[in-house]
Amino acid sequence: MTAPAVRVAGPATARRGTKAGVDHWNGVVELWLRAHSALVYAFLYLPIVVVVLFSFNANRLATIWTGFTLNWYSVALNDEVVQAALANSFSVALPNAILATLFGTMAALGLQRVPKTLRLGFDALTYVSIIVPEIVIALATLVLFATSFGIINDATGLKLQLGIPTIVAAHMLFNISIVLLLVRARLSGMDRTLVEASYDLYASPWRTFRQITFPQLLPAIVAGFLLAFTFSFDDYVITSFVSGPGSSTLPIFIFGQVKRGVTPETNAVATMMLVLTLAMLAIGQLVLTRNARRSGGGQAGGMAGMIADQSA
Amino acid sequence: MAIASEHAAQGAERRGRSALLTTVLIAPAGLWYLVLLVAPLVIVTVFSFGNRARNGGYEAAFTLDNYVRLLTQPQRMEPFFTSLWMAVAGTIGCLLVGLPLAYFIATRARRRKGLLILMLVIPFWTSFLIRTYSWLILLGKDNLGGFIGGVIGDPEFRILGTPFAVLIGLVYGYLPLMVFPLYVTLERMDRTLVEASKDLGAARWATFRQVTLPIALPGLITGSILVFIPMMGEYVIPAILGYGRTFLMGNALVDAFIQTRNWPFGSAMAVLLIVIMLITISVYVWFVNRGRLGRDVSVL
Repeated sequence: MTAPAVRVAGPATARRGTKAGVDHWNGVVELWLRAHSALVYAFLYLPIVVVVLFSFNANRLATIWTGFTLNWYSVALNDEVVQAALANSFSVALPNAILATLFGTMAALGLQRVPKTLRLGFDALTYVSIIVPEIVIALATLVLFATSFGIINDATGLKLQLGIPTIVAAHMLFNISIVLLLVRARLSGMDRTLVEASYDLYASPWRTFRQITFPQLLPAIVAGFLLAFTFSFDDYVITSFVSGPGSSTLPIFIFGQVKRGVTPETNAVATMMLVLTLAMLAIGQLVLTRNARRSGGGQAGGMAGMIADQSA
Repeated sequence: MAIASEHAAQGAERRGRSALLTTVLIAPAGLWYLVLLVAPLVIVTVFSFGNRARNGGYEAAFTLDNYVRLLTQPQRMEPFFTSLWMAVAGTIGCLLVGLPLAYFIATRARRRKGLLILMLVIPFWTSFLIRTYSWLILLGKDNLGGFIGGVIGDPEFRILGTPFAVLIGLVYGYLPLMVFPLYVTLERMDRTLVEASKDLGAARWATFRQVTLPIALPGLITGSILVFIPMMGEYVIPAILGYGRTFLMGNALVDAFIQTRNWPFGSAMAVLLIVIMLITISVYVWFVNRGRLGRDVSVL
């Protein structure tokens, strides 16, 4: 009995001997991990802080700081081009988010009820819509619209052209896929026994959906809606290729400004966009964490957790 | 009998209604996929075998000319290779920056995990365009660019308009996509394995290489795929930070479709890009199915 104890004592003391050296390095590694992480967060936030800061810059040159002013916000808000772009951005983002959320949720529910082959085909298209680079989708969609509108206009005498409806339609493709994935993830993690209990109690399918399924899906639907709105509100690539005369959105305005040279007005418009999209994220976070608390557990990470999980 | 057939009729009616409901539920999304995904991709594929019409656009034909020109003329392939090395360098950059951060959040942050992840989501959630153009200010000659120029004593030194500026933009833009999956795998890691490795006298580096890294591998591969793919097709970052001089595939595509209006040639490039994506994804799926990667951290 005592022999093993003696044998163990050997390595243990030997380890204690090296421990001091290890501890020394421990401190260095811990320090490095901390410093690295702090620097990465600085790296992530510096550009955002710079845009916000320079929107208050008194100097006309956007890159040199001279003093504080709120002047650029009134300049931006009184700029008719900005007003039109803002209106267009909402006219695109809102219908897109509503329709994409509706269609994506419907498809997620419908796909539970179809044969496996059809479901796999649908899944393949969902992933293709996300994987194919945005620029390829944008140009291919432009070619589709240009070609088919040409044919239709020649044949019928209509005057179909690029504009807000084409932007909404193009944005919806990507957003339907996002909503579909979020809602399906939620559906697959759902407690089926509640649905069965509801049927056992003679609730109609519609009532079961309204009172059992829908409330459980709500967090995913809210997250999908907010993601769809934000994507559309921020998108430049697809928008720029399928927009027509008079349908410029805020990102297109900003890109044009960037090409001519950033002014403090650009930064003021950008800051207002940042505030709006961050408000969306805050709403999502609030709704989802409250919902998680009420239903006891689940998505404790709220919006952030859902996005992080989805991309993983 | 009468009752039985009535039941059967009711059942058939219910099944019919149910099939109708299923169709109604799926039809809108299906229509969108057909018209705005399948149709554009089919058109691009068909166009890639056609000729350029005299005033630009497409003229029906069946020829492999576009592909032959694309694959045999080195200057035509240049944007592909530029994209490829930029995307590889960007992925490595994201990994070098992201892995220690993910490791820190997963193993050291304790109760602040949620907050730190939220702080990664916030920049990711805000406009890509705004975050990119901000680097024009930061790297410009009045700030970092000029500062470095002053330090090395070269007043002509510039960062903007160089591949390096594009690389910074790529790493900055896609970093969170690398960190999320890495964090998820490292967070689930059994910490006792690391303890065991240390107790067995393994050096820190050996523990990292033989225990932590293999565990993090699925997240590492998923993260690399997630950043590599959009980097290959990036258009905005090189257009803004590279002044269009670092010519990536995305820029070449826009040039072909919009400036020279050579739709068939642009289509051939688009098809090649999609094929590269599909090969990358297939290799990835093959890895997943071989069981090398945990199912729970795969993209698909």
